[in-house]
Amino acid sequence: MKGNEAIGEGAVRAGCRYFFGYPITPQSELTHYLAKRLPEVGRLYMQAESEVASINMVYGASGAGARVMTSSSGPGISLMQEGLSYLAGAQLPCVVVNMMRGGPGLGNIAPSQADYFQATKGGGHGDYHLIVLAPNSVQELVDIMKKAFDLADRYRNPVMVMADGIMAQMMEPVELDDQYQIEIQPKPWAATGKVDHEGKNLINSCYVIPEEMESLNFILRDKYSEINKNEQVCEEYQLDGADIVLVAFGTASRICRAVVEKARAQGIPVGMIRPISLWPFPADFIGTAANRVKCFLSVEMNMGQMVEDVRLSVCGKAPVYHYGRFGGMVPTVRDVLEEVKKIYSGGAGQ
Amino acid sequence: MRKVFSRPVSLKDVPFHYCPGCNHGIAHRLIAEVIDELNIQDNTIGVAPVGCSVFTMDYFDIDMFQASHGRAPAVATGIKRVLPDRVVFTYQGDGDLAAIGTGEFVHAAARGENITLIFINNAVYGMTGGQMAPTTLIGQKTKTSPQGRKHEVNGYPIKVCEMLPPLEGTAYVARVAVHKPKSIIQAKKAIKKAFEVQIKGLGFSLVEVLSACPTNWGLSPIEAVTWLEENMIPYYPLGEFKTPTAGVI
Repeated sequence: MKGNEAIGEGAVRAGCRYFFGYPITPQSELTHYLAKRLPEVGRLYMQAESEVASINMVYGASGAGARVMTSSSGPGISLMQEGLSYLAGAQLPCVVVNMMRGGPGLGNIAPSQADYFQATKGGGHGDYHLIVLAPNSVQELVDIMKKAFDLADRYRNPVMVMADGIMAQMMEPVELDDQYQIEIQPKPWAATGKVDHEGKNLINSCYVIPEEMESLNFILRDKYSEINKNEQVCEEYQLDGADIVLVAFGTASRICRAVVEKARAQGIPVGMIRPISLWPFPADFIGTAANRVKCFLSVEMNMGQMVEDVRLSVCGKAPVYHYGRFGGMVPTVRDVLEEVKKIYSGGAGQ
Repeated sequence: MRKVFSRPVSLKDVPFHYCPGCNHGIAHRLIAEVIDELNIQDNTIGVAPVGCSVFTMDYFDIDMFQASHGRAPAVATGIKRVLPDRVVFTYQGDGDLAAIGTGEFVHAAARGENITLIFINNAVYGMTGGQMAPTTLIGQKTKTSPQGRKHEVNGYPIKVCEMLPPLEGTAYVARVAVHKPKSIIQAKKAIKKAFEVQIKGLGFSLVEVLSACPTNWGLSPIEAVTWLEENMIPYYPLGEFKTPTAGVI
């Protein structure tokens, strides 16, 4: 299956009933797939007039209690930021896919990881977090959609799934789990009409009185702290005896896996940590690893974004370097290996 | 003693924040009376976007959504697609609907989205303190058109009801006013008709309500309704612009 189609099928199997979106490359095949697939199972695919409208349709559908998603890429995701802030403020669950592309500006449609800051630091206004997940294979794209919808519902929070044009276009064999049971919990908070519940339900993020607004912020802070405690996920690769640890997610992590193998073959003890949850960032695991490794190299398809979170996690226990290609360029195994060797000969090997 | 006049059940018993002489209260009451008369309080969902209208979320005793500026028709679309048997309406001001929200209301109409938009046109941004709106009249003075609106600088006021009829998805479009008792009775009829059009599944409906904003017009409440009559109605004529059944209210 193609990555884009895998996300679509993953969403269908995760019980997504509504999709609202707007065309943009490189996520187009996802919308093509869902436009065909959702009506087959009696669900709705709807093309909106803009990404701004899409995310607000998602807001309406989510507030009415439905499993709902949208997808886009960089420029379109930027247009959704206000809506994401409202969704977070009103504590509405939904899933948003960002197939990142080269930027800034209109940029290009080549693969990139330049939206890391936007996704993990809250690209919209106000104090809030998205849960951000970054798969690195087509199989994981399928599986992560179930997790994304479940997390969104459990925490009543928007979840973003981040990938890029390579992941979107890549074809890999996929095992589809027919046994997956969807357990959608009741949503007594949904505004579905008073006929469904006692009293009046209100979907809202507007609190004119600062004390009341702060109360919502306290609720959000407690929720984010709970998410941070429970939902940090990463994968380790050949960390045993590693002096240099690469930190990479998504497409960059696939390249880094090959770098680790080549470096090990040449006698350089390299390992890798692959964050799967970008927010919450797997700070605990990286912080612990920092006690026994000599240095970290954050390999990203951007000018250096995740490296800041790696530094915070390492907390001065070891040097943290960054290697990146950007604007739609993808680092090669050779380039990263050269960087590793440079660091190794420059001190990490002694 | 028989009670002959009381607060509609669909309106909560809470203090309104609106200024003295503001017509929002009348529009609220008419909507609530219609909801009561159609007996749809329990399956009606309202959407309140940004502006003075946002506080409608607290005033109606029905399930409500607060929405971002201009996006109420998109939010209402999401709700209606999930809950097609509910009555879904938005309550939007002129800045919200006819400036920042032009994309959303036009496309909701084009889709024939089976929702109702109540569009309060008072020719000014109220909540933010009286700036020029897309419906501010030529020559009308506001905080951001202190010399009076000039078409050379700001273009012309938008006539929403005149724009919509060519769109096939629109089922009912009417402009009413709430500045005097006779108009108020007609306004209620139009609002009721719009809700009935939705309940019958006929498509998109919009009722534009010409409404006074004495505070931001710098007029007394009585001067304001006179100003509305003499200035707004000539530019924004009242009546039904599109209806599934012929006739004038």
